[in-house]
Parts: sequence; structure tokens; C-alpha cells
Amino acid sequence: MNPPSGNAGAPLLEFDRVTVRFTDVVALEDVSFRIRPGETRILMGAAGSGKTVLLKTAMGLDRAASGRVVLMGEDITRRPETELFDLRSKVGMLFQESALFDSMTIAQNVAYPLLNQKAIKMEREKMEPAVRDSLRFVELEQTMERYPSELSGGMRRRVAIARAVVTKPPLLLYDSPTAGLDPITAHTIMALIIKERDVDNTTAVVVTYRYQDGNLVANFRYNPNSGRLDPVGSQGTNTIFMVLRDGRLAFEGAQAELEASSDPYIRKFVKRPERDAA
Amino acid sequence: MLDVLKGPVQAVQGFFELTGRAIRNVIAKPLYLNDIFLQMDSIGVGSIPIVLLTGTFTGGIMALQLGRELQQYGQTDQTGTAVSIILVRELGPVLTAVMMAGRNSSGIASELGSMKVTEQIDAMRALGTDPVKKLVTPRMLATNIMLPCLTVIDDFIGMVGGWVIGMIVYNLQSLRYWTTTWQALGWSDVVQGLLKPFVFSFVISLVGCYFGLNTTGGTQGVGRSTTQAVVVAAVSIFVIDLFLGKIFVSGQRGL
Repeated sequence: MNPPSGNAGAPLLEFDRVTVRFTDVVALEDVSFRIRPGETRILMGAAGSGKTVLLKTAMGLDRAASGRVVLMGEDITRRPETELFDLRSKVGMLFQESALFDSMTIAQNVAYPLLNQKAIKMEREKMEPAVRDSLRFVELEQTMERYPSELSGGMRRRVAIARAVVTKPPLLLYDSPTAGLDPITAHTIMALIIKERDVDNTTAVVVTYRYQDGNLVANFRYNPNSGRLDPVGSQGTNTIFMVLRDGRLAFEGAQAELEASSDPYIRKFVKRPERDAA
Repeated sequence: MLDVLKGPVQAVQGFFELTGRAIRNVIAKPLYLNDIFLQMDSIGVGSIPIVLLTGTFTGGIMALQLGRELQQYGQTDQTGTAVSIILVRELGPVLTAVMMAGRNSSGIASELGSMKVTEQIDAMRALGTDPVKKLVTPRMLATNIMLPCLTVIDDFIGMVGGWVIGMIVYNLQSLRYWTTTWQALGWSDVVQGLLKPFVFSFVISLVGCYFGLNTTGGTQGVGRSTTQAVVVAAVSIFVIDLFLGKIFVSGQRGL
């Protein structure tokens, strides 16, 4: 395991020997890594390997039993919940099942962080344009007055992305953004994630079990003129892959190292990139 | 042995922790007034039909049974007294609370449980809201306000039920019935009749919230939480009622 070096800037998120336990189950064990600004991390692993727990621990939604979690330079490991709200406003999270509020319209869902996050305190007249912008970003402006139950799974995922990015957070955590979606919708979602990275220069952790998602993020860039994804060629993107196995970090490194790995567990996740992925 | 006790002890600890946080949030800003009114409507106004139905029939059956017994002693006139004391002191608060446990503890547990398993609770925390403040405190306050009101409605409608049966079956005079009903009640009965629902309202709302927020295991888990919430809330109401009853009985003896 060779942590990549050479990236400047203080880490946005740091795990220092973090262990997370639930009653009798160890969900994460001795996990350490640092995410610097501008990086995109692709987090892979089998079901139950601790991917979701890692994201939730990063936001303080799950708590570390030992070790240290440092988010935006602040140690959040032992902070009480009420002190975490301001810090959480700087992190956008896309939950696995979208987690949109059923009782609210799409517009209310997207406006929720603007209304409720004390650190943001947006004036009401500015809120509507911000919500509209964010929904336009995911190309769902027309759904503002509808309810989540009226939308398809892919559309709900896009609304959840709009809700995660509406506050323009510097760090985004995507939990299995393409899980359960057909390949075309999955590609649309990944294209949105890449667009968000390249338009707003955000740092992100993308949990996925599909290697082609990681490959897309690592090798394609959003072209604002054509609105399509273009290959980046040899210069690459600042993408680092991580693989979790039974709560432990089994791999951390660049795509080339991942593809060169001889570990049978890691090899399971590595398929040759599809030629026409974009 | 200790492992067997661990679960229940942790549950009780978790419940009181939630209770503490919910009560502390009453004085902390922001107070979600809209949510409180919404819950008052759903928990309180929504329960009026079942309270009216159960109240009428409970009062009716009490008048029917007690009237027959009192007839043996030539005291049918006292039916109103018996009906009003039993209703105001015991049956009104307990029956209303049990009905509310069936309707609202389950409703709250399944609603919050579904939110929990679909990660909406986590999303709420991630988006800057304390779920206890946003979801639990409004439900608790709404039940605190509405359950005593519903109990008063239940007491009154029960008396009406008793009056109708008394008139039809035992040919009671209306004036006589309502006079004895009114005169039978002392201040301690009224205090007891209002204090009990206030205490029960914490049980109904917080047990529902506790089981809802601690749901695990998908939709099956939601069903389990809902059932547990109703059972625990209903049993707790009967247990607490006995203790409160004992306090009031002792208090009256001392006076």
C-alpha cells in the first residue's frame, strides 16, 4: 500500500487509524488515509466491507471507537452532534437510496439545507434561484413541484445530487451513486459527478462497485462547450482508488497500480475499461 | 445472565436519553411550530372519530351494567355518579391513551422507522437538523397538548352514552342523571383525570419515537418496531396508571 504523495494543501479529510464498531461487529478497522483538495477518491469493496460506514464516519454520522477523524482541519471524533452541524454544511452527501424527504416537494427537498443549515442562513428571496440553478444542473428543473414518489429511481438520484451540491460544499461524498440503475442512467449520474467536479472544482469520494465508474472519473473531463465528456489523455485526473476488504483498507493508489495488482480480491474489482465508456 | 439484561437495560437508558433530549429541545431554538401544529392536527384532530366512538360505547355499556346492579338496591338514580367517577378517574384517561397508543405510537414508529431505514434520518443530520428537535419534540408537545383534550372529549361523550342508555333502558330522568354526574365529581377527580393523560402523552409519543428511531433491518424492521411500540406503550400505560392511582388514593386518604 503506497499512499500517493506530492499533492499540495492541507487535507480536507483525514482518517488516522480509525476503527468503527457496532455492538459486536467491527465495521472499519485501523483505516488511515488523507484526502487533499482537488482529489477524487474512488472507493470500492464488496458488500458489507464498510464503504457506507466510512462515508458516514467522515461526517460524524457514525462514530469512531478509536482513532481520529479530521474534517476540514477539525477533529470531529469526539465532538457532540450539535457542534457538528456547521461543519457538515461544508460537506455534501448523496445517500445510497437518495434519502429524499417523502413528505416534501422536490423544490423543498433541495431547499432543505439552505433553510436548515445555520452556517448558511440564506435569505428566502435568494433561495428560489439557488434551488432552480441546482435542479437545472441535474436537468430536472421541471420537477420542482412534484414529490419524490412521482420520480423514477434515476431522477431521485439526480435530485439528491442537486440537494447535495446546492450549498456548494468543497467536499462531496457519493454513496453508491449508480447502484440499482440501468447502464444509461448510471452513465448520466457519473457524468453529473464529473461535471460537478470540473465546474466547481470539488473534492469527492465516490463509493462504487463498478470499475467502469471509477475509470470514467479517472480518465474523462467535462467539456463545458459541448456538454459532453472528453478523454483527458495522458495528463490524467487527480483520481485515487481505494479498496476496502472486511473493514480494512486493502489498497490505496493510482489506477495503473490498481490494474497491476496481483491480489485476487482487488483483481475482482478491476475489469478492462470499456472502450466507448463516454 | 448479564448479557440477557444488557439489551433491555440499554433500551431503557436509550429511552430516557431520548426523553431528556426531547424535553431539553422544548426551550432550545428553533422551535418547529409548523411541525407542532401539523402533528396536533394529525395526532389530535385525526383521533377524534375513534375517541368519540369508543367513548360513546364505553359510557353506554357502563350505564347498562352498573344500572342493573344499582337497580337491585333501588339506586338506579345513582347511575350517573358511577359512570362519571369511573370515566373521569380511570376509563377515560386509560382508554383514550390506549386507543392513542394503538393509533399514534404505531403511526409515529412506522413513520420514523421508514425514515430511518431509507436513511432520511441520517440525511436530516447531514443537512443540519437535529432529528430529535425536528421530529421527536414536535410529536411530544403535540401529544402533551392533545391527549388531555381528547380525554375530556372522551369523558364527556362517555357520559352522553351513559345518559342515552340510562334513558332508554332504565327510564332515568335526564336532569337527575346530569345532576348526579356533575355532583359526583370533585376537584381531585378533575386533576387526576387531566394529570394522567398528560403523563401518558409522554409515553405514547416517546415510545413511538424511540422504536421508530431505533429501527433496523429494512421494511421488516419497520413492522417489528411498530408492533413493539404499541405493546410497550399500552402495557406502560396500565402500569403507570396503577402507580398514579395509588398516589391519588393515598393522597385522598390523607386529606
